Amino acid sequence: MSASLSYSKTTDWRLPRLRRGALAVWRRNALVWRKLMGASILINFGEPFVYLLGLGFGLGHFIGDMAGMPYLTFLASGLVASSAMNTASFEAMYSVYTRMVPQRTYDAMLATPLDVDDIAAGEMLWSASKGLISSSSILIVSVLLGAVTEWTALWAVPVLWLVGLCFAGPALVMSALSPSYEFFSYYFTLVVTPMFIFSGVFYPIATLPAMLQAAVQILPLTHAIALIRPLVSGQPVTQVALHLAVLCAYALVCYYIAVVLIRRRLIV
Amino acid sequence: MTTSNTALDYVIDAAALSKAYAGHAVVKEMDLKVPYGGCFGLLGPNGAGKTTTLKMILGQSPPSAGRLQVFGLEMPQATRIVRTSIGVVPQTDNLDPDFTVAENLQIYGNYFGLTKSELAPRIHRLLDLVELRERAGTRISKLSGGMMRRLSIARALINDPELVVLDEPTTGLDPQVRHRIWTRLRELKQAGKTLLLTTHYMEEAERLCDKLVVMDQGIIIAEGTPQQLIRDCVPDDVFEVHGDAQRVNSLLSVVENLRLEAVGDTTYCYTSDAARVVRVLEAAVDVSYLHRHANLEDVFLTLTGRDLRE
Ligand SMILES: Nc1ncnc2c1ncn2[C@@H]1O[C@H](COP(=O)(O)OP(=O)(O)O)[C@@H](O)[C@H]1O
Ligand SMILES: [Mg+2]
Repeated sequence: MSASLSYSKTTDWRLPRLRRGALAVWRRNALVWRKLMGASILINFGEPFVYLLGLGFGLGHFIGDMAGMPYLTFLASGLVASSAMNTASFEAMYSVYTRMVPQRTYDAMLATPLDVDDIAAGEMLWSASKGLISSSSILIVSVLLGAVTEWTALWAVPVLWLVGLCFAGPALVMSALSPSYEFFSYYFTLVVTPMFIFSGVFYPIATLPAMLQAAVQILPLTHAIALIRPLVSGQPVTQVALHLAVLCAYALVCYYIAVVLIRRRLIV
Repeated sequence: MTTSNTALDYVIDAAALSKAYAGHAVVKEMDLKVPYGGCFGLLGPNGAGKTTTLKMILGQSPPSAGRLQVFGLEMPQATRIVRTSIGVVPQTDNLDPDFTVAENLQIYGNYFGLTKSELAPRIHRLLDLVELRERAGTRISKLSGGMMRRLSIARALINDPELVVLDEPTTGLDPQVRHRIWTRLRELKQAGKTLLLTTHYMEEAERLCDKLVVMDQGIIIAEGTPQQLIRDCVPDDVFEVHGDAQRVNSLLSVVENLRLEAVGDTTYCYTSDAARVVRVLEAAVDVSYLHRHANLEDVFLTLTGRDLRE
């Protein structure tokens, strides 16, 4: 590299490198979470209880079975996946932004051997971990309510972690671009909520008009549910490679974009 | 990694180092050599480019042009290696509000890849050093400004750095805290660390810095030891004369080799003929004055002017 001339106005497009430093970032967040664990566990278990009891039993009474399983099981498997989405998205936006801007946590990290690659990777790993914590809570509640009885549901756990990574990626890109917290409500309203409604949480996507069915195939939540639901309900899983590939692609591509954008924001 | 000759002599070696933001140059072709050991001062008014220079040294800001070596390593490529041996006290505290005092040191040490067992004795020692032992379990939001600053200093030492970079370490602190911090910094110097300090307090620079540069608008306009600068840039004596500026002007017009600067109702008179000025001023009944030796502040104001910045 030639004496770093006129380096500043151009964007640093270099591919990020994964290093152990990401774990130090993950660990920092895990330690903060541990301090506040009591309150967050209550929310993690309380909310799905309300959802599953209210919607699952209430609607389930009228609906009966859906897609070859009790509605409670159908809904529980959808909520497990969407909870990983919601929690990971929330963490990678509101919490990341808090650390990046008002709290200046990243400025402090950037005076140590950590660089943006490590910070972004650590935050994604952590957001996915939080997604896993909340979605596993729903899974446990579902077992307690008798909605989930199959051992294959354990396979959902590693997949849910990947689902978390997949949604942490785009959320991190939003954080990197965001001028303020308000920005994130647009993302939730325009991206997360439509996915929640259209990707098959509440009903099979096969009931959608053909056009919409094709469209929802680009949404990661559709693929997450396509993996999670059969695992949770004990049905055969199809097109595993495709679904995993879509989830990985969202995670990796967005990680790269987020690193480039955060570099541009912090290394000025 | 190959190192050139100069690399071994200087912690920081910058040649024609420049930084521009959106076409606006804030550091202009700076040549800077910081030797190992002692305290090196970077002085300048607000907006002079001090923080920007430090950020380039830390690899937090890529230079727009020029060359920069830290520990003999090329920046910004060597950023990660360089940062393992630097401690930073940033201009604005960025302690982690989610943790206590001791936890802040622990977490920060983890960023350097240090383990719990390596960190335990260091944290102990550093908390004693900055007199925060009793506050080990206190949350950051409960600390006073001075305590936060001291914790920032402790945090900057967690990796046992060779170079400690301090960006306006005592700005906004009361005199007691400031003096206490100066004592700590002198101890660090004695321990063989190199300090790189920015400040706009001349008293601080005069007490701590072995060598310094004065910068203004991105350019180094003077450099040397504090004594050299005082000797070379201003006459030996300063009179701060209170009274009508025109009156003072006409009074002192009889004395040669003197420079007058009026600021409100005070006229600063720089001279190497103190005896003569004393005689003139003593004879006048309508003015009062303060006679003192020239100091670094006079150098600073002479070089950078009295206009307000930012
Ligand atoms: N990120 C940035 N973008 C644009 N201008 C900047 C940025 N950072 C600093 N500047 C400008 O660069 C100049 C030097 O700033 P700085 O290095 O912070 O000065 P100092 O630390 O000496 O007060 C100032 O005019 C400041 O406004
Ligand atoms: Mg500054």
